[in-house]
This record gives sequence, structure tokens and C-alpha cells, in this order.
Amino acid sequence: MTALSDTPAARPDAGEVVLAARNVAKSYGAVQALKGVNFDIHRGQVTTLFGENGAGKSTLMKILSGVIQPTSGEIVLDGQPVAFANSTEARDRGISIIHQELSLAPNLSVRDNIFMGREIMGATGVDFAEEERQTKVLMEGLEEEIDPLTPVEELRLGQQQIVEIARALSVDSRILIMDEPTSALSAAEVEVLFKVIRDLTAKGVSIVYISHHLEEALQITDHAVVLRDGTMTAYAPRAEIDLEWIVRNMVGENYDLGSPPDGYDFGEVALSIRDLTVPDPAGGRYNVVDRLSLDLRAGEVVCIYGLMGAGRTELLETVAGRFGASGGEIVLEGREVSHLTIADRIERGLALVPEDRQRDGLVQTMSVGQNLSLASIRHFVRGFLIRPAVEKKLIEDTIRDVTVKTSGGGAAIGSLSGGNQQKVVIGKIMATHPKVIMLDEPSRGIDIGAKAEVFRLLAEGARQGLAVVYSTSEVGECLSIAHRIIVMHKGRISAEFDASATKEQIMAASGESVAA
Amino acid sequence: MSDTGVTRASSSKEGGMGIVRLLLEGRAFFALIVIIAVFSFLSPNYLTVSNFLIMASHVAIYGILAIGMLLVILNGGIDLSVGSILALAGVVAGAMMQGVEIQAAGVILYPPVWAVVILTCVMGALVGAVNGVLVAWFKVPAFVATLGVMYVARGVALLMTNGLTYNNLSGRAELGNTGFDWLGFNRLFGIPISVLVLAAIAILAGIMLSRSSFGRWLYASGGNERAAELSGVPVKRVKITVYTLSGILSAVAGLVLSSQLTSAGPTAGTTYELTAIAAVVIGGAALTGGRGTVRGTMLGAFVIGFLSDGLVIIGVSSYWQTVFTGAVIVLAVLMNSIQYGGRARKG
Repeated sequence: MTALSDTPAARPDAGEVVLAARNVAKSYGAVQALKGVNFDIHRGQVTTLFGENGAGKSTLMKILSGVIQPTSGEIVLDGQPVAFANSTEARDRGISIIHQELSLAPNLSVRDNIFMGREIMGATGVDFAEEERQTKVLMEGLEEEIDPLTPVEELRLGQQQIVEIARALSVDSRILIMDEPTSALSAAEVEVLFKVIRDLTAKGVSIVYISHHLEEALQITDHAVVLRDGTMTAYAPRAEIDLEWIVRNMVGENYDLGSPPDGYDFGEVALSIRDLTVPDPAGGRYNVVDRLSLDLRAGEVVCIYGLMGAGRTELLETVAGRFGASGGEIVLEGREVSHLTIADRIERGLALVPEDRQRDGLVQTMSVGQNLSLASIRHFVRGFLIRPAVEKKLIEDTIRDVTVKTSGGGAAIGSLSGGNQQKVVIGKIMATHPKVIMLDEPSRGIDIGAKAEVFRLLAEGARQGLAVVYSTSEVGECLSIAHRIIVMHKGRISAEFDASATKEQIMAASGESVAA
Repeated sequence: MSDTGVTRASSSKEGGMGIVRLLLEGRAFFALIVIIAVFSFLSPNYLTVSNFLIMASHVAIYGILAIGMLLVILNGGIDLSVGSILALAGVVAGAMMQGVEIQAAGVILYPPVWAVVILTCVMGALVGAVNGVLVAWFKVPAFVATLGVMYVARGVALLMTNGLTYNNLSGRAELGNTGFDWLGFNRLFGIPISVLVLAAIAILAGIMLSRSSFGRWLYASGGNERAAELSGVPVKRVKITVYTLSGILSAVAGLVLSSQLTSAGPTAGTTYELTAIAAVVIGGAALTGGRGTVRGTMLGAFVIGFLSDGLVIIGVSSYWQTVFTGAVIVLAVLMNSIQYGGRARKG
């Protein structure tokens, strides 16, 4: 491996730079998403951006495509500094983006989605025939048999992603940013996409590519840039890098999320899941969780690893009580709890920290303190009324125990950083004195320091006899405090490891293709 | 990726923003003071104790409805049926005052007034519960469910009286059912009973919202229902309860109104649901749920009541009253979006 530098000026260059970010920084209040990043896009080449969740990849791409504006730093297009007020301005200059989250109108047809906002006008209004013709051409290029008049909601997720891609292609951009374009695509579809990308680069179009599938990205990329915690940590052309290089730069050398707590014996089985089956909530004919069995002992920490769509979230949310199972048992400390409400399960000591804290974890209209006490409110009610002194003590104790950095219980929840918001959600659950705590992607979108603190909290809880189960899509996070690692694939447990497993073993079992 | 929903620091508390904030948060209060000052200047009869008590007894009807509406709006819903439930309650009470004939037994029952009041409230609770069940269990959008119930309740009220009005609600001494006009006409310590009823309901609702676990559940499920549910809040029960309470309060308002008018007509309370919504909105509650207080709603109700009565006193045409009321509502919502707009989450 060659020595690497993180300054663009000093690196081995290839091809003309068409678009560049210079010292770009972006803050959201107290959270610094980007801390002065330099980034070059070369004409007719593919540049891949690697980084973990929360590293700042999407933020950087949103800045380059005009969706958001940087707090400081500048964007240079063809050697000239530019400022895009919005994404339409950027699109007019030839930059378009395929967003990570699909931005299609599900009720409209494929054709209408592709030409949304820039309909082709004929003499008598929109020229639907021409739009349809062009849509067909695009679909042929992507080797998909999708009728342009099909409503998008009738397509499966992968096909919707194809439509999203087709929309970006239809603009004839010079620079095309693809943020996780393959997350829902099949292997065959990915191959087609790569062929399209090669055609585009041959025509001089520059591609920025973001993917969690490292191997896949390595197949297509010409350059690799790695982001970590809002800074660029490494840059290299394809010829000089391999998978190991990427992982090392993504996670950093001193990446320590702790080790499994030891020095005590596990207690009784706290949670026992028997043959749990959950049908697809969207009405599909398959099961998102398929006859899954798992035992969890008091004091044990179990990590569930799996790709998107492996069924981790559905498993945890079903155990917590949000979804009904179509079969199987959930036994908490020897008692079947499948028929109980979420509230009753929390009362018995089984609680979930959900994946999306903004959507499922926090009530934005309430203060930090009210959020913290929400789940345990039954414990400090006399008659009908809340006992303020008891609540205040609980809030203060929890803020101290989970180390939330806040001006006090009365602070607005929005004034906290992502990591501290996550600690509020965890604190809320901890305040109910659970026996089993389940955390769905507890490290999502929080920085590395906060991650380490969250894991330290969980390890400490386990030492006190709490049974902990958490899910993650980052292998490194499984190889931290977990005593046992469960790999989920298509709703089933595909492998089980102890703490001595390697990243490659775990990733291979999850269905990810890893060259060993 | 990254936390877009985060942090708009406390910059708005600094410097010149302080006054703007104060004006925004106390806007209903300032509006009320301005209204009182302007009308006192325009009419010598406005600023008198007796006029204030009369206006307050008018406000009582809207105020009671508005508290019920506030509970529903805090939950993120809306209740369009309150005006119709009010009319139905009046008609049901009127019918009971005229005597309930039980043909099988061949007798006519004249229930005492307290029983009439209780039965009417139970009727209101049942209709409200229908709203709640439709919204919570059958997932009918609140707007549609309560719109339907609004028509049904109004239709039932019209059917019960064949479109006519009960004019005699005073009862007869020999039947032991006198005293219905007590609610609307009597005074305690010189204050109309209706105002006292409003005050009692407001205080109870205020305590419930700020001090009870139910109040916390209501704010939580209105602010983020999914998060509340995962925190063990019985969100469906909360929902049904707020619609039921709104139904009960509509029935109470119906009793007060028919007592004040000493008559009960099936067309009473038409468009009152809109006045109640206006009071809640002027009081600073967010229609998206989770934000709002009883104090604000009370101020909102007084702003509307004092404004329209003031316009009557200085002799402005009732058509202009409508225009003014509309303008006040738009202004209030405008300020709501200024106040909450800056805090809204992006993407």
C-alpha cells in the first residue's frame, strides 16, 4: 500500500477535475456533520465515497448537488466557484443526484415520475406520447421491462430504485451522484447498472458513487475517498487500494467500542423466542421473520447483524409488541407475553429502543425531561396526578446515569446533538428498569464518541444483570461488547458466532459477497 | 444520515427577539387587552361589570366547546361534531323535560333536572365515543369521522322534534322537574352559573393536562404517536377518551345554551364547531397536535366572544362581525406558523 495523503494537491491525479469541494463544512446547530472536507470529481470517472453511517457522506453529496448549502467552504465547478441556491440550479448546471431515500410519487405512473417538474410541452399541453417514448428508451437502456404507465406503487422496491435512476439519467447530466443506488437491487440489476455507469463514463459523464456494499463499489470505482466523522481520512486511486484498506480507513485505527463485559456468570434465560414468524407487513407472501428461535440470558449481550431487509427491525419490533406474529412464542422470564400490549411488556421489563429516534423514539414537542419520564410515568403517579418531586428526581438521575449533555430536564429535545438524543431514548427505556433491553441500530447517525458511550452504558447494564440485544449493520459494532453474534439473513438466523469471530466470517454469513 | 431534525439553538431568546417572542407567546392576551381598550373607548357601556358578566356568559358556551376541542386538537385530531352534539343535547334534554312516555307501562316519566343533566351528558359521551372509536380503531380520518357524526347528530335532533323547537323547559312544580333555567339564568355570588361552570371545567382540564399522567399521554401521543406507543402510552385509549370528553363537554354546552334560551331547537349551535376551533387556534395550539394550553384556549374564546359582543354594542353590522372574526383567525394562524414554523423539522 502506498503512503496516503489527505490533501488533494498532493495526491496522484488522473483526469480533469470538473467539480470540487474546498474546505466544505456543515453544521446543524451543535452537530458538525462535515468538518472541512476537500473532494474532487474527475471527468468521465467514477469516484466512490466510503464511510460509516453518520460519517457525512450524504451531507457532502447534498451540498454538491445544491440540496443544502454549506456552512463554510466553497464549491468549484469547472474551475469557477459556484453557489447553488437549490437543487434545480445545480441540475441546470448538469449535476443531478439519485437520493438514498426514494423521492418518487407512488400514486403517479413511471412516466409521470420521470418527467415530474420538467414535463415535455407540446402544442396542446403535455406531450405524453413523447414522454412515454423516452421512458421506454430509458427502461430498455436499464434492461427493465416496466410499462411507463404503471403506477410506481405497484412496482417492487428494486424497480422503484430503477425508476429513480432512470429519472436521473433522463436529465443528461455531466455529473451524476448516486447515493446508495443499489440497496434494493438484485445482483442482475446491479450488473446492468454498472454497465450503464460504464457507458456513461465512456461518454464523459462523471459519477460519484456511495455504497455500503464495499466489494460491489470496488468493482466500478476509479477513485476512493473515505470519510470518517465529517473529515476526509484517505484518498487513493483504485489500483492502490483493497477492501482491507477501506475498512481500516473507515473505522480508524483506534476504533474501540469496548469488549464483552466479563467476570460474572449469566443468569437465567430472560427472553426466549420460539419459532417466531412474522408475515410481511406490506402484505407480501413471504415472512420477514421466519421461524426464528433465540434465547437470551440475564447479563448477556447479543448482537444481531444483518443487511437491510434481513428482518432485524421486524424481529425486534414484534418482540416489543408493535407487530403481531403469525406464529411462535415470546417468553419473558418463563411467561408468555405474545398477547400483551406494548405497555404491559414494558411493565414486565421488555422494552425497545427503536431504530429511527426522530420518528419512533422522541416526542419533539416535549422537553428532554418529559421525554425521559414518558415510559415510566406510571411509577410516579398518585391517584391521577403526577408527583413532580419524584419525576424531577427520576429525570435528574437518568440524565446523570446515561450522561446526557443538556442544560437540564426543561431543555427542548431539539437542542441536543444526535448522540445525546439517542441517550435520551435509551435513558427513557432504562428508567423503566427493564430486564431485557432491545436496541435497533443504537449507533445510527451518532458520532464515534457517543457510540462508545452508548456501548459502555449497555455493557454496564449487562454487568448489573440486564439482558441486552442490539442490531447493527456495521460489523465492527458486533465485535465490541457482544458475547454472542447472531447473523440474520432473510428472516432466519444464518449463523451464530462468539466474540472471537472475524469480520469476514460474519459478513460472509450475512449474504454479503466478500472476497476472503 | 446525520441529524437534520436537530438544534435550532436558543438564538431566538437573545436580543431584540425577546420582545417579539413575548408578543407571540402572549398574543391572545394582548389581543384581548386591545379589544377591551378599543371597545371601552368606543362605547361607555362596554367596560362595566354587568356587561362583562353578560359577555362572559356568552363566552361560556364557546369556551366549554373549545376546551373539548383543545383536547382533540392536542391529540392531533379535530372534532367537527361539537355543534351538532350541542343541539342534540338540547333537544334530548328538552324531550325529557316534556316527559318520556313509556307505552308498555302506560306511564309518562318526568325525570328530575339532575337526571336530565346526567342522561344528556351520557348521551354526549356516547356520541363522542363513536367519534373516538371510528378514529382510533377503524382508522377513519378524524375530519371525515366527525363530519359524518356532525350530520347524523344534527339529523337525529331534527327528527326528534320534526324540526320544531321545545319552547317550555321550565318544568312544573307538581311534577318536581323545575329548575332547568338555573344553569342559564341564576347567579352565585353575582356571577352567572354558566361562567362558573366554564371556570370549573377549565381548572379541571388545566390540572388534567399539566399534572396528570393522562395529560402527559395526550401531549405525547399528539406530538409523536409512534414514539408514544413504543413508550407504552395507550394511544388508542387516549384517543377515544378525548373524543368522549369532547362529546360530554358539547352536551354540557348544549344544556347551558338551552337553559339560557329557555328553549331547545335542533338547529342550535350551527357552525359553533368552527368558533371552537378558532378559539383553540387563537390560543396558540398547533393543529398538528402536541402543543396548546387551556389558558391559551380560554384567552382565545374570550377574544372571539368579546370581539363579537363589542361589535354588536357599537352597532357594527353582523356581516362585518363575520369579516372581523375571520381576520382575527387568519392573523392568529399566521402567528402560529411564525412561532412554530422556525422550529419545524426539515426533510
